[in-house]
Amino acid sequence: MAVITLDSEMTDLKNGPGPDAVFAAKLAEGVFEIQKCGGCGAYIFHPRVICPTCGSANLGWITPTGHGTVYARTIVRRKPERGGDYNVVLVDLDEGVRMMSRVDGIANEEIVAGLKVTAAIGEGADGEPAVVFRPEGGAL
Amino acid sequence: MSLRGKAAIVGAALAGCGEAHGKSSMEITIEAAYGALADAGIALGEVDAIATCQPLDMLSGLTLAQELGLNPKFTMNNRMGGSSFLSHTLWAAMLLELRLADTVLICYGSNQRTASGKLMTALGLPTYEAPYKPMFPLSSYALAADRHMTQFGTTREQLADVAVAARAWAQKNPEAFIRDPLTREDVIASRLVSDPLRVRDCCLVTDGGGAIVMRRAETAKDHPKPPVYLLGGGEGTTHRDISEMADLTVTGAAQSGAAAMTMAGVKPADIDVVQLYDAFTINVILFLEDLGFCKKGEGGAFVENGGIAPGGHLPVNTNGGGLSCVHPGMYGIFTLVEAVRQLRGEAGDRQIAGAELALAHGNGGVLSSQVTNILGTDTAL
Ligand SMILES: [Zn+2]
Repeated sequence: MAVITLDSEMTDLKNGPGPDAVFAAKLAEGVFEIQKCGGCGAYIFHPRVICPTCGSANLGWITPTGHGTVYARTIVRRKPERGGDYNVVLVDLDEGVRMMSRVDGIANEEIVAGLKVTAAIGEGADGEPAVVFRPEGGAL
Repeated sequence: MSLRGKAAIVGAALAGCGEAHGKSSMEITIEAAYGALADAGIALGEVDAIATCQPLDMLSGLTLAQELGLNPKFTMNNRMGGSSFLSHTLWAAMLLELRLADTVLICYGSNQRTASGKLMTALGLPTYEAPYKPMFPLSSYALAADRHMTQFGTTREQLADVAVAARAWAQKNPEAFIRDPLTREDVIASRLVSDPLRVRDCCLVTDGGGAIVMRRAETAKDHPKPPVYLLGGGEGTTHRDISEMADLTVTGAAQSGAAAMTMAGVKPADIDVVQLYDAFTINVILFLEDLGFCKKGEGGAFVENGGIAPGGHLPVNTNGGGLSCVHPGMYGIFTLVEAVRQLRGEAGDRQIAGAELALAHGNGGVLSSQVTNILGTDTAL
């Protein structure tokens, strides 16, 4: 890890609101951003107060390309009367960070590791705004 | 300074395995604790350090002291999930070696089957996973299984053979909860829950408790049963949430196993009997690879066609494991009790002849915490 200059980093840590709240506020406005470390340049997701690579608290927000690749997929099996089956995936964004999500606009069984996907703002399980994906070039 | 051989398990017991009607988790825990103390020939009042981790009681260590009527010098309540108890043994050995405590009781109990019929947990979904509603914890393991199959060509049949081997061992264990015959075809025909995992890829939901008592090696022979020495231990914590696990095919068992074996001065080929935390079939394949019993990616072939079943090339989960013997939510303590029984030669029809070295391995969270213990008889010291 790089040497952290505590004075400036502590200022970053003391500033509010925290990254969870910032991410949620952006998402509520239809904006998907991830963090980038001012210390080592690493992209970061999920939002954090310090960089997991170098420990710096000097983190900023950037808009990712939205392009990613499915790393792993499962299908949660649920009776039709309870809403039916749905997929849960881990997606690696081109920036090198991983996130859990769902791929829409394709049959669950056709989602396999290696599938190229693009991010969009959709809905989570309770109707809340959430980052979801669709197959690259496909319509949501 | 090493902890190798400095402390020993001198008492071990199970309680309430299967269904313990009308009993609370702590009541099962106390029954197991008493059993282990009786097994060791140690009076309750001699216990001066305790360790536990309970499903819903965040302060379970305090509850345990209260219910035992003890005022212990040290109370360990480390919560790392099902691996906690294999970490408790390492802290116990440190307390004993430093002479900060003389008798350490490690115990656990859960009534989840008769109380709720499903996994009892105080955990909710992580913030950045909740919108996608993965089954907790099942879908996390399903994602790991999917990735292992994609990356290494591990087959549906190989996953099934883990469950089939567990059942074959359970058929030799009168204390196992399910002992009906189970075939590869049965597993593959069972209901899909979270692809690729099916019902028979998943551990049981039972009640049950277990306990062990540890003392310094120098007095370990002053008890009715042969001592089982802690020869090595190690931990690995790689993440909490599955979306933060760097490589779903490599667990912290690579770190914990290497540390434990280095401390013990042994290698995988030396181990006579292996107890792995098999919450799901994929766990066994991952841990066999990461602990060095086979190469990465070859776990499927290792377990195939009875490889870890009775008569196979490595005896794994000789009690029937969490898949067929007992799984009250945090299985780790049961890996220790079964290892003790094998090393004492108490395992009946499932006894591994001449077992001197055992490996017990615990998993916590969603492949998050891995803790390995190497245990041995006095001939392995
Ligand atoms: Zn950094």
